Amino acid sequence: MSEIVRVERLKKYFPVQKSFLDQLFTRMRSFVKAVDNVSFTVRKGEIFTLAGESGCGKTTTGKLIVRLITPTSGKIWFEGIDVTKFKGETLRHLRRKMQIIFQDPYASLSLRMKIGDAVGHPVQINGIAKGKEREKMVLEVLDKVGLTPPEQFVNLFPHQLSGGQRQRVALARSIILKPEFMVADEPVSMIDVSLRTTIIDLILGFRKELGLTYLFVTHDLAVAKYISDRIAIMYLGKIIELGSKESIFLDPLHPYTRALLSAIPVPDPERKRENIEMPGEVPSAINVPPGCRFNPRCTMRQDECDKKEPELIEVQKDHFVACPFY
Amino acid sequence: MSSSKTKRSMLARLIPGLGSLAKRGPSGWMVITGLVIVLALVVMTALGPWLTPYDPIKHHGPIRAAPSLQYPMGTNHLGQDMLSRTLTGGSIMLQVSALSVLICFLIGVPLGLFSSYVGGMLDSTVSLVIDAVYAFPGLVIAIAIAAMLGTGVINMALSIAVVYIPSYFRIIRSQVLSIKEFAYVEAAKASGAKWHTILSRYIFPNVIPSIVVVATVNFADAVLTAAGLTFIGLGVTKDVPDWGWDLTDGRNYLSTGAWWIITFPGLMIILLALGFTLVGEGLSELLNPKLQR
Amino acid sequence: MPLLEVDSLAVDYRTGRGIIHAVDDVSFSLEKGEKLGLAGESGSGKSTLGLSIIGLIPYPGVIGNGQIRIDGKNIAQQPESKMRSIRGRRVAYVFQDPMISLNPVKRIGAHFVELIQTHEPGTSKKQAFERAKRVLVSLGIQPERINDYPHQFSGGMRQRIMIGLAIALNPDLVIADEPTTALDVIVQAKILDLLESLRQTYNMALILISHDLSIILERCDNIIVMYAGHMVEYANSRELYAQPRHPYTRKLLQSIPNIELSDQKLTAIPGSPPNMLDPPKGCRFWPRCSYAMEICPVKKPPLIDIGQGHLVRCFLYGEEGVKSE
Repeated sequence: MSEIVRVERLKKYFPVQKSFLDQLFTRMRSFVKAVDNVSFTVRKGEIFTLAGESGCGKTTTGKLIVRLITPTSGKIWFEGIDVTKFKGETLRHLRRKMQIIFQDPYASLSLRMKIGDAVGHPVQINGIAKGKEREKMVLEVLDKVGLTPPEQFVNLFPHQLSGGQRQRVALARSIILKPEFMVADEPVSMIDVSLRTTIIDLILGFRKELGLTYLFVTHDLAVAKYISDRIAIMYLGKIIELGSKESIFLDPLHPYTRALLSAIPVPDPERKRENIEMPGEVPSAINVPPGCRFNPRCTMRQDECDKKEPELIEVQKDHFVACPFY
Repeated sequence: MSSSKTKRSMLARLIPGLGSLAKRGPSGWMVITGLVIVLALVVMTALGPWLTPYDPIKHHGPIRAAPSLQYPMGTNHLGQDMLSRTLTGGSIMLQVSALSVLICFLIGVPLGLFSSYVGGMLDSTVSLVIDAVYAFPGLVIAIAIAAMLGTGVINMALSIAVVYIPSYFRIIRSQVLSIKEFAYVEAAKASGAKWHTILSRYIFPNVIPSIVVVATVNFADAVLTAAGLTFIGLGVTKDVPDWGWDLTDGRNYLSTGAWWIITFPGLMIILLALGFTLVGEGLSELLNPKLQR
Repeated sequence: MPLLEVDSLAVDYRTGRGIIHAVDDVSFSLEKGEKLGLAGESGSGKSTLGLSIIGLIPYPGVIGNGQIRIDGKNIAQQPESKMRSIRGRRVAYVFQDPMISLNPVKRIGAHFVELIQTHEPGTSKKQAFERAKRVLVSLGIQPERINDYPHQFSGGMRQRIMIGLAIALNPDLVIADEPTTALDVIVQAKILDLLESLRQTYNMALILISHDLSIILERCDNIIVMYAGHMVEYANSRELYAQPRHPYTRKLLQSIPNIELSDQKLTAIPGSPPNMLDPPKGCRFWPRCSYAMEICPVKKPPLIDIGQGHLVRCFLYGEEGVKSE
């Protein structure tokens, strides 16, 4: 099982905007530690999910990998090559192989561009095909995402389509260059529940049909369970647990993971809810708690938890946890 | 697409376009009314030379004669027929405002787009300069520049343009700053698009609605500023019939009871400015809701 | 007598481009202390229905038809002055986005004081403050924070404050419109738990509006499923989960991932939600329904009672409604 993407000690710190006076008088800089020392590997052909609540850094990590944001430090490998410092033409060449789809179907498409032009634009930018040939590629890919007959959709504008259809257009646009790796950033959270499965099925279908590998980013663990092979749970910029879908859901180890799983609503009126107590709320990523980031809220907290940051250790086969308890 | 096809398709879309405007409620009617007014005044000015009963420059009739059948809008102190002057007096203003809008567009839009997209120090510096210009009262700057450059249509247009470029810049900048963060811009970047592609194909088309609105307000303001410049003597020479000139002129004779010299040209100026403003206001109401879901 | 009765309610939006029948012929009743869930996707009309009960339908919406009765009195077309005395006092509303629902230049205490003094004039500022502090305690917020501004609180806490404002006057009914959509799942669970415990303490009825059927199934006694303005199914939540009748409800339940099941096969509903300016004729779901029959695009199906208060609006269950329309 070869790796397609590897991320090592990736960090992204965003400087906090200071007021004018602060800029003049203090040398102090504070940072939002959005992604703090994250390492993992994505295997070819799998769906690897980054899951967690808002602000945990999962979206930022996804954008770092496709180089929409530059890392503060750390390395990114794609198919064995260190691509962290790629620029210009080399980066553009790389982009053909890595694509991304976004959460908001209403913001993913320029309202003033016809669907056909929007989907075909990556082809135009990269000089791959022109005219009739490009048209053919566009029609083919619109057909693949289920917008049939494709000729009917090519001349429409985004405001004439529903949210679900727009997301399909975004998907079509991202696969037209036949990429090998795709970051899917919450692709279904803003779509009606009854339409989500369409998009999910398309994503799963492309994995088989086009040999795509996915990095799936989501806060919805129910969807994560349905679609993933392996899952990494993130909290405040760090991965605190990583494992196969089965091991995470059947045997969650980290106290945060347990609390998260117990909070997910289950569509069953009979089920009794077991409430795992977790006081407080997610602290800001500027003032990160010392030691293990979760320690102020952890019910299993011990003395050493605020002294040292725990490393991600393999506790069971292919199941990693960052918690001194293990 | 050949240009004749473009023209035909544009015309073909215009008629149903106007129809659909009417259906959009009060804002649509504002736009139509404004367009009608402006169009009427433009046609009137264009056809002026053929419509005038008398040559507007020649000293025809009695001095300062009140409106009568022979001279429906009276005459001024040079004996020139006011009706003829009113019919043809808009040409300078229309030229000046059109030219100033064009200059603003050609300078202000690319400047705004580029500066706000690039961001950083460049953007901060440019914004600072632009804000400084913006802080001055428009007429004062226009007067200063017109005094430096001299009279004439082009100089008037230039001085008005300088006053208005900041407005374009600011509107575009605020739009670009928010559009920059939209997912489709990121998607374009992720597909490998270069900055000029992103600006021209993704950002600019989405900024057009706001530009159109500013341009119409620009027109209206240019008309009034041109009138103002002429009023204080920085406009055109008196041989060309001009509403602004008649305003200046007529003011002197108001106290003698010759109300008709200043009134009719003044009304025309108001109408022209009103027409543009209606279009601008109506458009801004129409275009904004469309951008919502 | 039921606390709330909605009778053949129709709400229309008169837009420049046509009339949207956002709510069409909806009837139900709510008892004191009952928990009702309004489930539906975008365009279903659930929010409009909630807003109509409290008289806050945004322009250009109007109540086209029908009655809304609280304790037997119709409040559907009441003037604004009457509605203001009901709002907050008898019926309270919790809005979706706590970030924009609180006034950023007013302290939290001031929010409460204004509310209390409006509805109970004669209450002194000091008394109102004391009451507000007690509400904060029941929300799990330190009472000393009463003088803080909204931006000093996190999203979850702001939503709690919104709930606090809703229950401060001990209303009979609280309508919560997507109260947790903007929040993370752990906070969501806590908010809903809080809502439930307050509801029990004060014996309030609750209408929970959400597109998340999981929350509604978990926390409500009875459920109304809305589609394109129509009430397509009404049942006790257990009954709905065990025996969904309407094809839309069935498909909807099959499209929700359930983390407790291991080998789920999720399905999607083909097609898209209808354009509300020109919805399908007859049954609004027929273009996407795998059971569509000849009569479906022709006539609007009546609400049919299939026993034990389980209502379905579908021709599959008969032509004539057993429940009188």
